[in-house]
This record gives sequence, C-alpha cells and structure tokens, in this order.
Amino acid sequence: MRPIRRNAALAAGALLSALFVGAALLSFAWTPYDVAGLQVAERLKPPSAAHWMGTDHFGRDVASMILVGARNSLAVALVAAGLGMLVGVPLGLLAAARRGWVDELVMRTNDLVFAFPSLLLTIMITAVAGPGAINAVIAIGVFNIPVFARVARGAALSLWTRDYVLAARVAGKGATAISLQHILPNILALLIVQGTIQFSMGVLAEAALSYVGLGAQPPIPSWGRMLNEAQTMIGFAPWLAIFPGLAVVLTVMGLNLLGDGLRDALDPKLEGRR
Amino acid sequence: MALLQIDNLRLSIGEAEILKGVSLMLEAGEILGLVGESGSGKSMTSMSVLGLLPPGARLAGAIRLDGEDLLKAGEARLRQLRGADIGFVFQEPMTALNPLTPIGDQVAEAVRLHRKVGRAEALKVAADALARAGLPNDRFPLSRYPHELSGGQRQRVAIAIATALKPKLLIADEPTTALDVTTQAQILDLLKTLAREDGAGLILITHDLAVVAEMADQVAILQAGEVVEAGPTGPLFRNLTHPYARRLAADAVLAKAAPPVTAETPAEVLRVEDVVRTYPGPRPVPWARPQAFTAVDGVSLSVRAGETVGLVGESGSGKSTLLRAVLGLDALQGGRISLVGRPFPPSRRGEARKARRDVQAVFQDPYGSFDPRWRVADLIAEPFHLMTDAPSGEARRARIVAMLERVGLDAAAADRFPHQFSGGQRQRIAIARALITEPKLVVLDEAVSALDVTVRAQILELLAELSRELGVAYLFVTHDLGVVRATCHRVLVMQNGRIVEAGETQAVFADPQHPYTRGLIAATPDLERALAARA
Repeated sequence: MRPIRRNAALAAGALLSALFVGAALLSFAWTPYDVAGLQVAERLKPPSAAHWMGTDHFGRDVASMILVGARNSLAVALVAAGLGMLVGVPLGLLAAARRGWVDELVMRTNDLVFAFPSLLLTIMITAVAGPGAINAVIAIGVFNIPVFARVARGAALSLWTRDYVLAARVAGKGATAISLQHILPNILALLIVQGTIQFSMGVLAEAALSYVGLGAQPPIPSWGRMLNEAQTMIGFAPWLAIFPGLAVVLTVMGLNLLGDGLRDALDPKLEGRR
Repeated sequence: MALLQIDNLRLSIGEAEILKGVSLMLEAGEILGLVGESGSGKSMTSMSVLGLLPPGARLAGAIRLDGEDLLKAGEARLRQLRGADIGFVFQEPMTALNPLTPIGDQVAEAVRLHRKVGRAEALKVAADALARAGLPNDRFPLSRYPHELSGGQRQRVAIAIATALKPKLLIADEPTTALDVTTQAQILDLLKTLAREDGAGLILITHDLAVVAEMADQVAILQAGEVVEAGPTGPLFRNLTHPYARRLAADAVLAKAAPPVTAETPAEVLRVEDVVRTYPGPRPVPWARPQAFTAVDGVSLSVRAGETVGLVGESGSGKSTLLRAVLGLDALQGGRISLVGRPFPPSRRGEARKARRDVQAVFQDPYGSFDPRWRVADLIAEPFHLMTDAPSGEARRARIVAMLERVGLDAAAADRFPHQFSGGQRQRIAIARALITEPKLVVLDEAVSALDVTVRAQILELLAELSRELGVAYLFVTHDLGVVRATCHRVLVMQNGRIVEAGETQAVFADPQHPYTRGLIAATPDLERALAARA
C-alpha cells in the first residue's frame, strides 16, 4: 500500500506546484481584470460570478492580484533557491574534496551564517539596503547557501569513500574532475529535493517580508502585502485574507509534498531497479 | 523424532520460485552444514524456519520443530519461538547490534522478551551468556558498547544473544564471512562448543565447503532452490555424485601447487624500500601534538615483471595502507617507492600521469567500484585519462570492445550499466578497466574475496591467463591463504605494519618460520585436511 500513498502525495504535490507555476505564467498573458486599474465603485465586493474572489478596498479584482502575486513569489523564490544552489553546492563539493583547513573554513563560516535567525537577518538586510524585490531575493538567497553547502558536503563525503572514487584517483583524475564527473551526478537527486524544499521556504519568506512591507513594493501585488492590507478589514471583508492565505498555504504545502515525493521516488536505494 | 524436519518446502516470492521442494533433517546435538552459492536459497530456507520472509512470500510443505508444524503456527507463536527455542546469528556483526545500547542490555533484552524476570535477573543471565560466549565479565563489563569491541567480539555478543536462552535450534548464517581467518576459527569453535553443551541442533549456512567439512555432521548442498546432495559429511564428500556438487568441491580446492618461479630474473617493476605511513592519532590534550599511529612500519618489497606476489595479513595489519601507498594515493612519511625503475609518484607533476599508467588496481567490492550512473564503456575507458595517446572515436570503441572480449564479456556489455551484471561479471569489468592502459603492475585488493567459489576459480583463471599473455605483474593483497597458495609465486606475510615473513609460496607453506604465519595457516579452513582428519 505504501508506494501508492507515496505516489498520491507526489501527484498532489506536483499538481499544486504546477497550478502555482501555471498561475504565474498565465498572469503574463491574461488576468480577469487589470490589477492596476482602480475601480472605486466596485470596492469591497464579496466573491461573485464577476469577481470570483471578490474585490479589495480599491476595487481591484482579488483573483487577478493572486495570479500576478504568484509571478512575484515564483520569481523571488526561484532566484533565491538558485542563488543558494549555485554558490552553496560548489562550496560543499570543495569542502568535501579538499578537507583540512578548507573544509573547516567553509563549514565554520556556514555555521556562522546558520547561527543567525534567518528571517530576522533578512529583515535587517532589507531594512538597511532598502525594501524591494531584488534585495529580498538576495537576503533570502544568502541564507540558502549554507543549507546547500551542508547537504552537498555531507553527501559528497560519503561518496568520497567509495571504491569508484578510488578507481578514478588511480585513473589519475584530480579532485575537480572527480567532483564534477562522479560526485555531482550522484548527489543531484538529493539536491533537487533540497531545492524544492528551499523553494517552498522562499515562497514563505517572500510572503513574510512583503507582509512587513519589505518585499515587493506597491503597486506590484504580492501575497504577503495582500494579507497585511486585509488585516484591518478581516471583520467585514474576510475574502481579502482568505484567498491570499490559501494561496500561500497551498503553494508551500504543494512544494513540500513534491519534495517529499521526489525524495522517495529518487531514493538511491531503489536505484538498482531503474 | 528429529529436532527439525523440513519436508518438501516450496517458497515463491512474486513470480520467482525460490525453493523447489527442499527436504532437510536435523537431530538434536548435530550440526547441519547448508552450502550453496549466492542465490541458491540457503538463507531463504533459514528465514522460512524463522517465519521471517519478505512480504508476498508463499510457502508450501512443512517445517516441523520438535513435531510442531511452524507453517501452521501463527505470528504470535513464532515470536515465542524466535529467540527462545530458535537462536539466530547473522553474518554482519557490525550491523547486527544496536549501537546505542550496552551489550549487557542487548543480551538481557532477549531474555526479558521470553522470561518474566526483572532487569537485574536478566542481566545476570546476560552476564552468564556473555561469559559462555568468551566475553568474561571482568574484562568485558556489561556496560560496554558495540563500537568498543572488535568484529570477532561483536559476533560473540550476537552469539550470546542467540544462545542466552539455550535454544533447541541455533541457526548461523555465514557467521564468519566478515571475519579474519584466526577469528573465524575461534568463532566456529565457539558455536560448536555451545551447541554441544546445550545439546542444540546447529544449522551452519556458508559458502565455504572447507568450513563445513571441518564442522558439520550432516551436509546439504543447495543449487537453485533444490537440495542436490545431502548426507553425513565424511561419506558425502568422498562420494559426490551430482555434477554441481563435484564442481563446487573442485573449485573450492584450488590447485595446491603454486605456479613455478620463472628461471631468469626479469626486471623489477615495483620496488618498495623502508616505506613508513603514519596517521595522526588522537591528541591527549587539545594543544598537544597528535600522537602518530604507524600503519606501515619500514616495509620493503619488490615485484618482478610477470610475477604474482601475495600480501597476506589480517585486518589492521596495514596491508591496505601499503597498497594505497603503492598506488601513489597517499604521501609517505619515510622510504621510497619506485615503479619500473623511476621514483613513484614522480615529483614533477607532468610525469605523474605517465607513471600512473603503469600501475592500476582492482578493488574488493564488485558492487562499489563502479559509478552507478556510468555506462560500462565509459567506466572501462576512465584510465584513458592517463594516456597522452589515448584513442578516440572508432579506435576508442574498438579498444574497449577488444578489452571486454579479452576478459570474457561480449561487446554488447559496453552500453549497459554496472547494475545489470553479476558480481563475477563486474569483477571482469574491473579487470578490463585495470588493464586498458597496459600497465606493468596491477594491484588486486581482495579482488576475489566477495565471489562464490566457482566464480572465484574462473576469475583466478582469467587473471593467470592475462598475466601469461600480457606479462603483467600482480600484487595480490588478500586474507585468503588458499588463493595465495594457488596463484602466487612469492608470498609476504604482514603483521602490525611489518612484513614478518617472505619467501617462495611453496617454501613458506611447507615450512612457515614465523609463529604468526603458522597460526594463519592452521586457522585457514582446508577441505582436504578436514576430510583427511575425518577418515
């Protein structure tokens, strides 16, 4: 029974993630209404056939804002996870290959970054560098670096003891060639899984930053700021909080399910049955 | 009534038929040797007795323990039997124990599962069981953790767990495969003694016919889920009728005569002089210099062209460290290594590649020595990296195919992945990889230890053939004296980082000088010697 349940989780995760990415892509081509257009006459309308998710206090269509907000979340989370991976993975591979003082330097620096509560420091960085999507991306990305470095180093270390790495050394290959040809392909599955999880955390972090006003700036719609603005109106216009909240929850849940499902599907122990 | 009677046992898992009507009988106080190659169904037979089969397994037939049919017993009844009436010892002492629990508690746990006794009482039983298994309380207190014990000592703990409740039936599945020969001899002796003392029946599962010939009263030889030969040990070995059993016995007894030493003295391909390898040990205090642990302590040896030299020793003797040094993987703390007359590894970086081409290696584990994501063609061609004149395109492919055919595989193998091959075939691939740069010396690190006897014989035959044709020399690192005796011109015995005995194989085996060598030879199971002792 277990494989079926796992596959169901993977399928649900993939579906939710696809919806998220699809919404972001769709927003470039089409939205039900223009998110920049203020229609004061239509303000604070509850969900109806014309406005599926209602309208906000400026009369903007919530459904359209959610679609455009997805674009913003996707971009920030993707670039942040990518930044973490591009810098963290080579650092981890380097630490595992060189060991000794290089390893110590890389990993202790990692520990230093890890020691700070990431969201707090992200808020500090954006507060100092000024709010905005770009600064949010960099701040979130920096805290992804040690995560990827640690995962890559741990997995690489266990591979360095394998006989096939020894065989490659006997074949005269250096640490760089071995890392790229033997180590990286064999830890890729793990990195993809970690990437998915960091991606979902990026979505959450972006929402949190926008919520406190340090993410994407108006008039760009973002889920976090929608939640913030809905706060004062939650008593008489609950849809303003419910829909962006649901969007964040479903996206993060979907990406996490996808990560878990991928981890099971790419389990190296099952590899022999490929 | 027999203690254990297995009648026409059939086992299938999914579509695969694992056991095809196995019948066995074991009397109390007897030892039954269950022999066969990997996949013959010997472990599955014992798992059937324990009722520990993978999900989806279907059993038919009967397994009677003291007259009670275990196939009809429910899981609750089987749980009562396991550990109390049936004791089990696994192959791998490193993973069979819980690393977080002291050994006393691990034995006591087995006691408390089956007897209504308090913790103190159970620990007393555990102390007795451990003492009986050769771990007396004063030297091995119950509070020891598994990681503080050697492999042999851990296997003694596993045996104490299995025998604490004096089971009627003891099953040992390859209990010594992971151990050194001298430790193996002690563990086998212990199992025999404990079974005799308790009047228990012992099923000894092994791939080693010599072990069975020394230990067992009854033998059953399994092939592909069928018993092809069974009976009392002595008569059975004297009169093997089934062709598979005969082949197994023939392959187990490797040729006793070592190959003759070539008359002229060819050039030296490897010369190792006073090599020292030390590792930094623990620091007594954080600011102190780490104490050095000397793994290889002033070793000298030489290998001549076309020669096979055996390097034997138990784990921890330093032979693997020496081997890494010979391969130029680690820096030396003293001494020199020269390869084909040139210092190795060369000090100039550009020459390192050229020199490395002359020494290649085959490793022990046929499963771990290949990147699972590479195709065989690319795996074999990896050492081309060392050649400035490496072939490319069609020529590269032709060279790979020629090498594959040379080691007895067909050209189609080139495009497959390593997991599509058996252990023996993988070892052939490893040999192809080692020989593709036409090295002068190949280091074989326990290269046949993980293989079944028949496959082992084939691989050794292949190695000998390649040596004759290509003139390549081997440095054969192994703990298996049988292999050394059959294949090596000269043998070096290593203990505690030093070479304690060296000489021509025949001379060393006929008249070992060092007590350690004598101990090793005596501890090595020998089919012919065991059978002679029985006659």
